[in-house]
Amino acid sequence: MFEQILFYFFAIVAVISAVNVVAGKNPIACAISLIVTLGALAGVFVLQDAHFVATIQVLVYAGAIMVLFVFVIMLLNLGPEDLDKEGRFTRLKGVGVLFAMAGAALLIWNFADYSAAMARIGPGYGGLEQISGKLFTEYIIPFEAISVLLMAAVVGAVVIAKREL
Amino acid sequence: MDYTGLIIVAVRCVIMLVFLLSFIPVLIWAERRGAGFIQDRPGPNRADVFGVRLAGLIQPIADVVKLLFKEDVTPRNVFRPFYKIAPAITMTVALVTFVVVPLADVVHVAGRDVSVQVSDLDTGLLYLFAVSSLGVYGIMLAGWSANNKYALMGGLRSSAQMISYEIAMGLAAGVMFLLFGTAQLDDMVRAQGANPLGWGVVSIPGLIAFVMFLVASFAETNRTPFDLPEGESELVAGYHIEYSAFKFAMFFMAEYVNMVVASGLLVTLFFGGYQVPFLPTETIVQHAPLIAKVVFGGAALVLAGLGVFAFTRYRPGKYGDNRDREPLVVGVLLLVLAVGAAGVGFLPGVIPGIPGYEHRTVATLLAAALQIGTFAGKIALFTWLFIWVRWTLPRFRYDQLMRLGWTYLFPIGIFNLVLAGVWVLASSG
Repeated sequence: MFEQILFYFFAIVAVISAVNVVAGKNPIACAISLIVTLGALAGVFVLQDAHFVATIQVLVYAGAIMVLFVFVIMLLNLGPEDLDKEGRFTRLKGVGVLFAMAGAALLIWNFADYSAAMARIGPGYGGLEQISGKLFTEYIIPFEAISVLLMAAVVGAVVIAKREL
Repeated sequence: MDYTGLIIVAVRCVIMLVFLLSFIPVLIWAERRGAGFIQDRPGPNRADVFGVRLAGLIQPIADVVKLLFKEDVTPRNVFRPFYKIAPAITMTVALVTFVVVPLADVVHVAGRDVSVQVSDLDTGLLYLFAVSSLGVYGIMLAGWSANNKYALMGGLRSSAQMISYEIAMGLAAGVMFLLFGTAQLDDMVRAQGANPLGWGVVSIPGLIAFVMFLVASFAETNRTPFDLPEGESELVAGYHIEYSAFKFAMFFMAEYVNMVVASGLLVTLFFGGYQVPFLPTETIVQHAPLIAKVVFGGAALVLAGLGVFAFTRYRPGKYGDNRDREPLVVGVLLLVLAVGAAGVGFLPGVIPGIPGYEHRTVATLLAAALQIGTFAGKIALFTWLFIWVRWTLPRFRYDQLMRLGWTYLFPIGIFNLVLAGVWVLASSG
């Protein structure tokens, strides 16, 4: 019952801030709304027993990636006048909204009954030990592959930045 | 509804907040008098209450009253929502970081074992990093929303600095993960034990990690030598230029709370946290009556002695005003504290209605009180280190700061991780 109240609170906050990200006027307000959305999603993750993912979401996404976004927006000094004028691409926006709703319906239809999957996983699956156990034993190769991928991104960024210096 | 559980959580929150916030006035006093002491001058010693000066302890009260009653000026072109919310973010993040830090060992209250940290998250240390990376936003938003070039520069510099040194902090704490095998801070403190030879700083990777974490803490809390964001000689006041009155007070207090939290983390990870040296919790709980009498009786004797000494220093006519009465005030205060200490040490068990120290609840409460006191003492030592370094070292240039974080601390941190892995492997045979 308490969990339901918490879920509705986080869900409403997430939806409202997500709408503000897309429809907001001031770029930094949009970025901060995205951070609020990520925080609310982290709350929903905690309600689903995925503590590790929630913490990492706040640490990496809201705490590092969004800092980069806000940094760039501040450095470029983007203001409301830099956003697109109102009233353009209305038909494309409408089609986008339709696609989003169709996608949401598909997700809900597929995942509404996840009790079978939960029975397979068992309780406590989202904790630090469980995830790191799986990550370093069963899924070690994808883990290392992702680190190589990240390093490729870093090297690429340095090459591009050095070229302009 | 588990009402007892709810009350216990509420009490833990209150204890944590009281612990943190009561450091602030003492730190303000210590900073200003300590700065004076290091710079060979007296420091503020004029604020008084009815003529009693108490060596400048009234000064923080005067500061807070002034800041509360100042006019709250909001400049015209600031971005109102962020301008108002930035100090709140900074303060909230600073306070919330302390949630996973254990103040004492488990206490047996109301028939259940209760831990004295607000929340027992299983991701422990990761939660800490998550929350401290949110602290960057308070400063960034403050700097940007103030619509002032100096504030923006200060905010950007500070956020870049904080992100860079978060990595060093993470690598240092990762070493402690490896050495103790757990992410939860209370398990870490229990693993360190009461013997100082088992504390985190005693191993080689632990020592390197301690130095890294110390340097990173200075950078994270924007304290000298890393206080370029509030560089007083260059950027006026950096990111909090346009703030006045209570919002500035929030930034001011948040800086001290950040210092206390950073010291708390240093102590918890590297110096055994709340552990009283050589007195593990079971020893205290088993010998509770004896330890209570020794500790509180000894404290009562010392306080009474100091009180009598204060009385002997009463020299009527030295100043000619109420300052003469100061030794008397101090003496009375010390004697009252002495009586209180003696009461706490000897009365339980003697007076009907108060269970004695053999009772498990009271014994664990005594252990918790001693451990909270030890924790506070260790934190005090480290905050004095923060203050000491602030008034000793000159400020880093910005490129020196960035070079230190990325080209020196980052490789040392990774090397230290590898070393810690080898260390754990070697010591587990």
